Order: sequence, then structure tokens, then C-alpha cells
Amino acid sequence: MRAGARLLAVGWLFHFKMLSRSAFDGLLGVMWPLFFATVAFFMFRAGGGEETLLYASLGAAVMGIWSVTSTSAGAAMQRERWQGTLEVLVASPAPFALVLLPVTIAMTTIGLYCLVATLIWGRLLFGIDLHVVHPLLFALSIPVAIVSIGTFGFLMAVAFVRYRFAWALGNVLEYPVWLICGFLVPLTLLPDWVRPISWLLAPTWGIRAIRQSALGGSPLPDIALCVALAGLYTLVGVLVLETALRAARARAALSLT
Amino acid sequence: MTSLRIFAIGGLTSYRALFYWLTPYVYVPSLLVAPIFQILLFVYIGRSAGLESDEFYVIGNALQYAAIPCVFAMGFAISGERYQQTLGPILVSPARRLPLFLGRAVPVILNGAFVAAFSLVVGGLLLGIDVPASALGPLALVVLVSAFSCTGLGLINGALGLRVRETAVLANIIFGLLLIFTGANVPLDELPGWMRAISDLVPLTHGIEAARLLADGVPLASVDHLIAQEALVGVAYGFAGYGLLRFLEWQSRIHATLEMA
Repeated sequence: MRAGARLLAVGWLFHFKMLSRSAFDGLLGVMWPLFFATVAFFMFRAGGGEETLLYASLGAAVMGIWSVTSTSAGAAMQRERWQGTLEVLVASPAPFALVLLPVTIAMTTIGLYCLVATLIWGRLLFGIDLHVVHPLLFALSIPVAIVSIGTFGFLMAVAFVRYRFAWALGNVLEYPVWLICGFLVPLTLLPDWVRPISWLLAPTWGIRAIRQSALGGSPLPDIALCVALAGLYTLVGVLVLETALRAARARAALSLT
Repeated sequence: MTSLRIFAIGGLTSYRALFYWLTPYVYVPSLLVAPIFQILLFVYIGRSAGLESDEFYVIGNALQYAAIPCVFAMGFAISGERYQQTLGPILVSPARRLPLFLGRAVPVILNGAFVAAFSLVVGGLLLGIDVPASALGPLALVVLVSAFSCTGLGLINGALGLRVRETAVLANIIFGLLLIFTGANVPLDELPGWMRAISDLVPLTHGIEAARLLADGVPLASVDHLIAQEALVGVAYGFAGYGLLRFLEWQSRIHATLEMA
């Protein structure tokens, strides 16, 4: 148990530091959601909805967390494959899930930069003031949202294990999740059939928790749902991963060559 | 004759060689599905903000998405050669540079136009946008001219690939800037004055405006100046990109920086 926790913590720190090395990638990671946030801020301001700017600002801030997850977590295993380390990691005595999970959570953590940058951007350029009603719950809801989105990234990574072009699938999921998880658009505006899908996605509850704690409300149920979904994603991810690895070993197909 | 062969056959061959990885498994999610979700995202943000009609966002985002195939592909036309270790041999060849690089741009323009047209048609069908039948031909022309002008900007990205390793990152930044400045989602008169001034100088702005007017039933003759402006912007960026390519090629010889990037 202690060894597992240590592997998770060290793995997270190692990958977080490694992902932070590329200034160019980091710049894009921060700038990418800012482009969309800027457009959204202009749209809401032009639409006369000054009061919705704060709503949009929080949503746009969390968009970055999902962006870095969707574009990189989907291809997390493919990245190891390219680097030639996948076979070594799978063959190592540590459970592979404990190796992969901190990778995707580290990717999601990079989104913290985007979150802070978007809030500062909104404040400086659009005069959006953020007064957090429940600071402690706000401070709690951010890491909970990050971990739950990171575990969703883990599920994506293992679900795309047999897909050579996982990065393309990860990229294509960026917009749909922004849309159906209510980052910038209230869920009530979407068709009824979309809502059950959004309930199954951790970003929906992550952004709700952050909004409720910032704007006033009761974020605890949303935080609890984030935690529950994170547990569910991890469980399903581990089961899928074990099955996929067993099949890959049996067919000698891990490298997809 | 040799230049013509380099332009046509060389351009097509290099496109096939460099984009061998663009299989349907990549093409469909990245270039056919993603733009539809971008359209839906901004349509719903627009509805939430109560700003413009669905048609405004369908046309704006469909055309703006041409930036992905155009800017990325032109960047990859250089960085891909380096990746395959063929950039050096190409640059020491006696082939004239103008047909060499412009030939690579033609398949990119056609692909960009196809992606924009596909997004326009599918987005329009999904959201029930009515476009007069008489506007379809002129719209196709606008899509083609917009893809051309965007490829001109892509040529600059490609030229920077002679000195910068991360052309894909640069392409993403260009895409994001076009999202803001072209009026794809924000009416130009809602932007600050300095941003409007920049909007006039970037690809897609005039094309998007022309496409919106055509979809509203305005005849081609009334938007021909916008199409001409869009083409002019493309030519200007194309020349700038070509000039930058020659300059950075020359610099790479002097400073031996070709493989440094």
C-alpha cells in the first residue's frame, strides 16, 4: 500500500517536472484556452451579459485543464510506445496502472497554469473580478477536479491502447467535452439526451464544484460526485488495462508494429 | 518545362510522401469531425450569449477551420522534410524554389477548401441553415480563395520551420489568433479598433464576411471586392512566406543552422 502510494506520488512529480520542461509546449498549453476564453469573453460581453462573464470566466479557466488532458492523455501510452519504454514499463514488477495513472494526472495538473492564466487574463483584459464565496471549498474543489479529470484521462489512455492514432481521438474529444460539460454553455440549453452523458463525465461536476464554491452554493455534493467518478474511472481503467495487457501479451501486439 | 514538372508532379509527390500518415484514422477525427464540434460549440455559446444567429457561427467556424489543414500542412512541408532527413538534399538541389514550394501548396489549398466546404455543408445541415441554391457556386469560390489565402499564411509558418523546431505549436497559435481576429465568432464591430485594424490584414476575415453575405442572398457582384481583398491578402502572405523561405535558407547556409532547429 505504501509502495503503491509512493509510486503514485513519485510518478506524478517525475512526470510533472518532465512535462514542464518544454517552454514552447507550456506556452501553447497556457495560450490555447486563452484564445477560446478571449472569444467567449467578447461574445458574452457583446451579447450584453456582463453578469455571465464571471460564469464564463470560471468555465474558460477549467477548459484548459481538459485541453491538456484530452490532447495528451489519450496518447499517453502511444508516447511510451514511441519512446520505446512501454514494453519495459509493462514488464516491470510494479502494476502498470500505478505507472500510468500518475502520468495522466500530471498532464492534468499542467492545466493549473491554464486555470490561473485564464483568471488573470479575464481580470486584466476584461475586468472580471473573482470574489470567492467559499475559499476553502474552492481550494478543495480545484485539486478534486484535477484528479477526477486526470483519472478520466487515464480511462481514455487505456481505452485507446489498441489505437495507433490515439492522439487524434484525444484531440477530437476536446470540443465535445467543453460543450456538454457546461463549461461555457448551461446544460439546460443542450438537448435533453445530452444531459445523461454529461452526468457521467467528471468535468461536469468539477466545473460545478468550482463554480458553486466561487459564486456561492453547496459544492460538497459535486465534490463527492467527482471523487466517486474518479474511483469509478480508475476501477474501470484498471480492469480494461489488465484485459488489454493480457491480450497484448498473448498476441505479442503491445508495440502495434 | 522542368519548373512546371517540379510544380505539379513534385508538389503532388511530396504531399503524398510527407502526409503518408494522414490515414482515415487521423483525417476523419481531426479534419472532418473536429470542425463540426467547433461549430456546435460556438453555436451554443452564441445562443447562450444571445449574440448572433446559428448561420453566423456555422459559416465563420467552417471557413476558419481551413486554418488547420492549411497552416499545419505548410509548416509540415518543411519540418516533415527535416524529420525524414530530406531537407538538406532538397535545398542543395538546383531546382527553382518558386515551383518547388508553390507546388507543395496546391494540394494543401485543395484539402483546406475541402475541409471548409465539408464543415459548411454538414454544419449547415445539422443546424438547418438555409442557403439559396444560387449562392452555392459563389460560396465554393469563396471557400477556395479563403483556403488559398490561409495557405499563404501557412507558407510563413513553413518558412519559420527552417529555423524553429515547433511548427505545429506555431500553427496552433496562428489558428488561435485567427479564431479571435477573423470575426469568425465575434462581430468585427464588437472588437476594439486596433483589433479591427489587424482583422483587415489577416486571411479569412474578408472571405468569412463574403460567405455570410452570399448566404444571405447577396449577389456575387456585390461581394467581389471582398473576394478580391481575400485573394490579395493571400498573395501578400504568399510573397512574404516565399521571401522568408529564401532568406532563412540563405541564413541557414551562412550559419549552418539547417539541422539546428
